[in-house]
Amino acid sequence: MSMADQLIHQVLWPIIYILCITVPLIIAVAMFVYWERKVIGWMHVRLGPNKIGPFGLLQAFADVFKLLLKEVILPTNANRFLYYLAPLLTLIPALAAWAVIPFSSKMVLSNANAGVLYLLAMTSLGVYGIILAGWASNSRYALLGAMRSAAQVISYELAMGLCLVCVLVLAGSLNLTDIVNAQAGHKGFFDWFWLPLLPVFVIYFISGVAETNRAPFDVAEGESEIVAGFHVEYSGSAFAIFFLAEYANMILVSFLASILFMGGWLSPLQGWIHADVSPWVNWIWTGGFIWLFIKAFAFSFMFLWFRATFPRYRYDQIMRLGWKVFIPIAIVWVLVAGCMKYYGLVSIGTGV
Amino acid sequence: MNPQLLQLICFYAFGFVTVAAALSVITLKNTVHAVLALVLTFFSAACLWMLIDAEFLALALIVVYVGAVMVLFLFVVMMLDIDQERLREGFVKFLPVGLIVAAAMLAEMLGLIGVRALHAHVMGADPAAVAGVSNTEWLGMALYTRYLLPFEVAALILTVGVVAAVALTLRQRADARYETAAQQVKVNARDRVRIVKMDAVLDYETKDSPDHSSQGPQP
Repeated sequence: MSMADQLIHQVLWPIIYILCITVPLIIAVAMFVYWERKVIGWMHVRLGPNKIGPFGLLQAFADVFKLLLKEVILPTNANRFLYYLAPLLTLIPALAAWAVIPFSSKMVLSNANAGVLYLLAMTSLGVYGIILAGWASNSRYALLGAMRSAAQVISYELAMGLCLVCVLVLAGSLNLTDIVNAQAGHKGFFDWFWLPLLPVFVIYFISGVAETNRAPFDVAEGESEIVAGFHVEYSGSAFAIFFLAEYANMILVSFLASILFMGGWLSPLQGWIHADVSPWVNWIWTGGFIWLFIKAFAFSFMFLWFRATFPRYRYDQIMRLGWKVFIPIAIVWVLVAGCMKYYGLVSIGTGV
Repeated sequence: MNPQLLQLICFYAFGFVTVAAALSVITLKNTVHAVLALVLTFFSAACLWMLIDAEFLALALIVVYVGAVMVLFLFVVMMLDIDQERLREGFVKFLPVGLIVAAAMLAEMLGLIGVRALHAHVMGADPAAVAGVSNTEWLGMALYTRYLLPFEVAALILTVGVVAAVALTLRQRADARYETAAQQVKVNARDRVRIVKMDAVLDYETKDSPDHSSQGPQP
């Protein structure tokens, strides 16, 4: 192969693939913000944004442009380098984690063997941005928010890691495509891992809510106590980056919950219908990326539902829930999952 | 550009970042910057391991050290009130000790150079490649079958460490106040709120008050 061919295959195409994931993701974040305001509005018996564009659809873009045009203020005596680095350190892991997400049996950017480990590594890096933002801002509120956030993220990462171990024990692989294929079978959605791992599934999603610092675990930015937490001093585009990272992480957790426990791109009707109508209809029972998007949308809706429904947890209650409730249950369920696998109580599919 | 050349370029790039970051750990004046340089050192070391197909070790390094240990370390350093000048006072006094440690480490590292070449002679080819499985899978098989006992002993030692750390730092404070979640859940509305029945309108006619129209506060 010539040099130009090599360059196209090894550099240009990967960059195009990466853009194919990140650009829709960023647009999805903008639309998700609109959807959040709309849903919470309905739940509060309000209208939500409805002025800009049809049904207020352009509200999110108006907000983004407003933020981008605003001045980024550097507080007095702030650490300039770390202050500007912190938002990027939050955003990069949030986007990098998407590299191993399989959208369907063939659609994945990097089909890495240790995909789950890579995800754990990337999600654990995000906390640096939060801590550094809090410290570099030279503000008490920001530092308090950063401390709360870091303690919370580290605590819930343990529970989340143990939940992943349960999935790994059943699937017997660290590869996300293999994990989804292990949930294939003939019993429809009863073949998915949510059934044998029901407690772990619940723990995983709640830990995901806590990891992303969302309500009811949003003490890191508890408005009533510390104004806005770690990003209180940030304005303009720097704040927009924190915002983008938080919402990208929420969508990531929704996708992961769908992939690990709800069969990813598999159809809930798998094995029940054996018809061949047309490629445009067959995905309803053979599975396809649309199912993954539907599942992820349902999970991300739960984030908004939680926010509109639950009051904020107290800090000691958060720590108690993580350390004394979730981690013991998850440890016990690792054992249960091992027994289920050993005695062959769970049917493990191999994909098509 | 063949893949080996690309790998070599990556190796030198990561190696340069590792060495530069490790140097800045000991040269940077700001302690928080030094900890961040250490994080970068770990991260680029993990990238180096990734290059030699040790993906499990590389990712474990990031998850354990970068994601958990260094975060706590960063916290401790942020909370410290360090006097930079006093830290540098003993620099000359401790220099000989530092040089001896550095020389010992250098000798050990030089000894390592031949090991990779020897490895193929003594141990044979990479067992993961021979078995045709990924490095992570082979490591898991080896740890949970052949080396199960040492692995479990290591886990036990770590547990002892955790218990010891808790035992050393846990102090029962007499003035600490606790809430029991089970009791909080069991709380009944009747224990907290007392409903008092009373008439909505005070019947002024029965009382012999001198001024019926008075709205001001009673003395």
